Amino acid sequence: MATTSPGALRRLQDWLPRLVLAPSFALVLVFVYGFIVWTAVLSMSTSRILPVYKWAGFDAYERLFAQPNWWMALKNLAIFGSLYIIVCIALGLFLAILLDQRIRIEGVLRPIYLYPMALSFVVTGTAWKWFLNPGMGFQNTVRGWGWESFTFDWLVRPDMAIYTVAIAGIWQASGFVMAMFLAGLRGIDSEMLKAATVDGASTFTIYRRIVIPLLRPAFLSAVIVLAHMAIKSYDLVIALTGGGPGNATELPSTFMYSYTFTRSQMAVGSASAMIMLMGIAAIMVPYLYSELREEKR
Amino acid sequence: MSAREMAIATAAGPSRLNRVVIYGLLLIFAAMYLLPLFVMLTTSFKSLDEIRGGDILALPADPTIQPWLRAWGSACIGVTCDGIKGYFWNSIKMVVPAVLISTALGALNGYVLTKWRFRGHKLVFGLMLFACFIPFQSVLIPMARVLGQLGLSNTTAGLVLVHVVYGIGFTTLFFRNYYEAFPTELIHSAQMDGAGFFTIFRRILLPSSAPIIVVCVIYQFTNIWNDFLFGVSFASGESAPMTVALNNLVASSTGVKEYNVDMAAAVIAALPTLIVYVVAGRYFMRGLMAGAVKG
Amino acid sequence: MAFIEIERLERSIGAHNILKGIDVSLDKGGFLVLLGPSGCGKSTLLNAIAGLQPPTAGDIRIDGDSVVGLHPSKRDIAMVFQSYALYPNMTVGQNIGFPLEMAGIPKAQREADIATVARTLQIGHLLDRRPAQLSGGQRQRVAMARALVRKPRLFLFDEPLSNLDAKLRVEVRAEIKRLHQQTGATIIYVTHDQIEAMTLATQIVVMKEGEIQQTGTPAEIYNRPANMFVADFMGSPPMNMLPGQVAEDGAHLIPEAAPDTPLPLPAPLAPGRKVVLGIRPENIGDDPTGAVPLRLDLPVEIVEPTGSDVFLWLRLGSALLTARLPGNAQPPVGAPYPVAFDMTRAVVFDADSRQRIA
Repeated sequence: MATTSPGALRRLQDWLPRLVLAPSFALVLVFVYGFIVWTAVLSMSTSRILPVYKWAGFDAYERLFAQPNWWMALKNLAIFGSLYIIVCIALGLFLAILLDQRIRIEGVLRPIYLYPMALSFVVTGTAWKWFLNPGMGFQNTVRGWGWESFTFDWLVRPDMAIYTVAIAGIWQASGFVMAMFLAGLRGIDSEMLKAATVDGASTFTIYRRIVIPLLRPAFLSAVIVLAHMAIKSYDLVIALTGGGPGNATELPSTFMYSYTFTRSQMAVGSASAMIMLMGIAAIMVPYLYSELREEKR
Repeated sequence: MSAREMAIATAAGPSRLNRVVIYGLLLIFAAMYLLPLFVMLTTSFKSLDEIRGGDILALPADPTIQPWLRAWGSACIGVTCDGIKGYFWNSIKMVVPAVLISTALGALNGYVLTKWRFRGHKLVFGLMLFACFIPFQSVLIPMARVLGQLGLSNTTAGLVLVHVVYGIGFTTLFFRNYYEAFPTELIHSAQMDGAGFFTIFRRILLPSSAPIIVVCVIYQFTNIWNDFLFGVSFASGESAPMTVALNNLVASSTGVKEYNVDMAAAVIAALPTLIVYVVAGRYFMRGLMAGAVKG
Repeated sequence: MAFIEIERLERSIGAHNILKGIDVSLDKGGFLVLLGPSGCGKSTLLNAIAGLQPPTAGDIRIDGDSVVGLHPSKRDIAMVFQSYALYPNMTVGQNIGFPLEMAGIPKAQREADIATVARTLQIGHLLDRRPAQLSGGQRQRVAMARALVRKPRLFLFDEPLSNLDAKLRVEVRAEIKRLHQQTGATIIYVTHDQIEAMTLATQIVVMKEGEIQQTGTPAEIYNRPANMFVADFMGSPPMNMLPGQVAEDGAHLIPEAAPDTPLPLPAPLAPGRKVVLGIRPENIGDDPTGAVPLRLDLPVEIVEPTGSDVFLWLRLGSALLTARLPGNAQPPVGAPYPVAFDMTRAVVFDADSRQRIA
């Protein structure tokens, strides 16, 4: 669109679009990519309470992976992440298929399934912390009904607390996954389903053989979005368990924060942040790349 | 009923039992999704005595708004006991400018990246897009240093800057995808009619952008209001946003634990985004989808 | 010196040449149609003239002055787009007035101009509506009004009829022709529809893969196509093509499809030369006057009545030929039918170069 011609005004016109974009792009370059490099440098330094630019190679990474705490965080992320992704997708798909059976009150139900997504993780954590409180919450209530031996104290049990994080996370995100699948279901060509019906396929067969395979893009999007949210989860853990009991619900995100800001191990904290970044990049870069490539002009 | 639903219905056969099971399952799930909100609300209207005695699922026997008043005006957060109202306004003061600035920049960026393409526009967009998805832990330390040097630590202005910077990627994505579908012939036509860069934007694109502006504003509003990590990292004291204050209130271990006040504060923190969700759920959904299913 | 002069115009993106040295000239008041299949570069050429896509080489002069590098709005050109490009947020009146507004013309003058042009195109009653409330034909008229109101020295039309249904297309086509005759405007018009080109143009430029195949009046293009591409592209149904060899006498063609049926050539050629004989369907058919010397009885395979004409598919050896009969003809399928070949109207192409040689 840009044509060359003499005249300063004309040249300004040519450069105007780029000038308009430049401040935003510069902000992103500095505050995102510049800062990432900065963090990478810190992760290879001897920084403790304050940044120190003294080269230490991969020392911080070695110390990071020597920390039982970090391994705990990784293990918890694996448990939380896989439960979060699998259950959200299973539940979301199940609800979407149920809702797709010309449900008269769909307009009422859909917003109910989805509203948790509008809440802050801190609010979600606070609510579930209260609900799962063994002394006064759900457990106490059921006991009050007469079932004296009923026990649901996962929130305070180190071996089970991470599952409460998963429960709250699933409660928050599964409605969103449902909506993604529902959009996918609604995008399927009705003539194809009519043809399958005429061909004698049962509803179950239609879903198993035709509909669910056609939802592949929705599956992919759901996995990417959920994996990305799982790695970044921070607020939910802080509000629900504070990372405890002990370090039972430590995640890489909480690990990074406490090592950097409260335990004065900035180099190790930076190293953990870089590992998180690499994890996200491994998921997002191929995905974004293929999405951008596909849209050919 | 759409033709597709007909097709499925015919295949399923008119089984009454099936329908009952489906409706039953859907309603049970609806109850499960509503339960935490229900518990939050009922707890916030109960007295502490009733809470200690009781059934978490029961409606308040003697509803009181005292917990709400305490949460708003006199609950203790840290060393001060002025409730969460100051933090609520902190959040408003942070959200409004951050949303407006990031949306305006996103609109201009989307316009340039679709209608005034230049060599490398894809790379620029790709870099901005990836920036949306980084774990913010990887920029936390440098950001804290820079805010400190700019004198913006523990200020609302600092948080506005942070949210604008890390929100541009999404707002640009929204507007880019929207303007991508906007006919380029209209731009060409306006150019031939003598309109320049900004005139075309103001007179041709902007008047047609209302839906995406709503989507973008709602998305940004929800995200920034609900943010916790930046708030707790860069503004922990008097200038903390609502989410951080709520967490401090709930996590504080001094004195008698007032669960009803905690819940009232949680509802207050959730209220703005819930209202937006109820009023404009359709746009909220579109924003989530656009943010999730890229280009 | 012609009013519009385009010289050795080129445009390439990377290694891909979209325009490969285009030369076109047009006199004031002329109606030039750029014709060709999609991807031939005709729209790119139009956009280069408009200033929307810069050429990589060559020159475009309007009225003697080069406009290359000039902003689109400074070229004094108006353009009607395929999608009409009406601004959805403005009323019809505001749409038509927009170019005047951009030129800084005062409101009173603008309104007078809008009223005048609305009268010419009979859209006065639509001025307060929005584009979404208009039918396709009405949008088309508004788009033309917006172009006309500027009184530019050159009009560009980019496939303006392709979004209209068949009936409306004929109406608007006539409207464009009337406007051209009334205003004497200079027009460059892009289409892939050969009927539009034939009916509207004073001059046609046929393009293919970024190169001009032939420039000429509609009659020249139709009757004396420069090569097999033009011959095939113009006319529906297309011209019959019979590859073969020139006979020993130099005056006949031995068709590959039917070596036993030599056909007389329109002009003598070197014996043994490989050529392709082209003859249009309307030059094969009934001959009530009996003036045409070549008659053949050929079996009828398919009969296609269109109302005004009847097209016959006739078997000649291994080839099928299309012939045109009047609409009332009722030839029986399967039986031989006597048709006359008007070989004076036939053309001959070289089989290798595909250029016309007779």
